[in-house]
Amino acid sequence: MDLESVKFIAIAIIMGIGTIAPALAIGMIASKSADAIGRNPEASSKVQTAMILGSAFAEAIAIYALVVSLIIKFV
Amino acid sequence: MTEISIKAEPILSLGYFIVTNSYLLSLVTFIVLISLALSLRSKLSLIPGKIQGIFELLTEQLLSLMDGLLGERKRSEKYFPVIATVFLFILLSNWLGLLPGVGSILIKEAAQHSEEIKYVPLFRAPGADLNFTLALAIAAVLFVQIFGVMALGIKKHLGKFLNFKNPIYTFVGFLELVSEFVKIISFSFRLFGNVFAGEVLLSIIGFLVPYLVPLPFLFLETFVGFIQAFIFSMLTLVFIAMSVNEHEEEPADVLLSKARS
Repeated sequence: MDLESVKFIAIAIIMGIGTIAPALAIGMIASKSADAIGRNPEASSKVQTAMILGSAFAEAIAIYALVVSLIIKFV
Repeated sequence: MTEISIKAEPILSLGYFIVTNSYLLSLVTFIVLISLALSLRSKLSLIPGKIQGIFELLTEQLLSLMDGLLGERKRSEKYFPVIATVFLFILLSNWLGLLPGVGSILIKEAAQHSEEIKYVPLFRAPGADLNFTLALAIAAVLFVQIFGVMALGIKKHLGKFLNFKNPIYTFVGFLELVSEFVKIISFSFRLFGNVFAGEVLLSIIGFLVPYLVPLPFLFLETFVGFIQAFIFSMLTLVFIAMSVNEHEEEPADVLLSKARS
C-alpha cells in the first residue's frame, strides 16, 4: 500500500473513532442537564450555563481529532 | 475550487513582517471595535439611546453571570474588562469571517520563490489562523497567572505549583504546572478547530450546491462563532476564579458552586 492510500484510510479512521467518545459524553451531559432542569425549573439558567461549558470541554476532544486529521490531509 | 490551506496565506510583506489575510481581517475587527467604543464613549448620557441601551443590557447580563462564579460584584467588576474584551474580540472576528467577500475576493499572493502567480483570498477568518488563537490562549493564561499573583501574593501563588511538603503534593504541584501549559494548547486548538472546520465546511458546501443549501450551515456557523467566544471567555473566568481562591478546586466544583448558589 502506498503512502497516499494509507493517508486517506488514516484520516477516515481518525474521525470515525475519535468522535465516538465525545458524542457519548455530550449526550450524557445533555441528558443529565435535562433531568436537573426538570427537577428544578427555577435553577434552569444556571444548569444551562454549566451544560454549555461541560459540552465545550467534551467537544474540544472531538476537535483535537479533527485537527489531527486535517494536519494529515493538508500538511 | 479554492485551495484549503491550514496556514494563513501571506498577501503583503513589509521587510521581515509578513501580513497574512487573517491578520488583515483581525486588524479590521480591531478597528471596528475601537471605533465603536470611541463613538459610544463620546455620546454617553444618563438616558441611554438605543446602542448604549443594548450595551448596558449586555454589561449587566455579563456582570451578573460573573457574580455567580466569583461571588461578589466587586470582584466581577475587577475582572470584567478582560473577560468582556476577549468575548467581544473573538465574537466579532468569528462573525466578520462569515460575511460575503471573505474567502471569495482574491488577490495575487506575495510569492517569494515561484514564478507562477497564485491567487489567494484577501480576507480569511482570524480564528482559522493558529497564530491568532495561540496568541489569545497565551494571553488568557498569562492573565490568569497575573490575577492569581495580584490576589494572593507571589509566594502563595507559586506555592500551589511548587509544594514540597510531601511527595504527593510535589507530584500534584508538578501536574498543576503541566496542566497550565495544556490549557494553552486546549484553548487554542478548540477555537482554531471550530473556526477552521466551519470554513472548510462552508467552502465545500458552497462548491457542491451554491444555492439555498449553505443557509443552514451559515446559521450553524453564526451559532458556533457565538458559542466559541462565550466558551473562551467563560473558561478564562473559571480559571481566574480558581486561581484567585486560597485552596484547590476542580473546574467542575467551580461550575457546580454556581448551580448551588
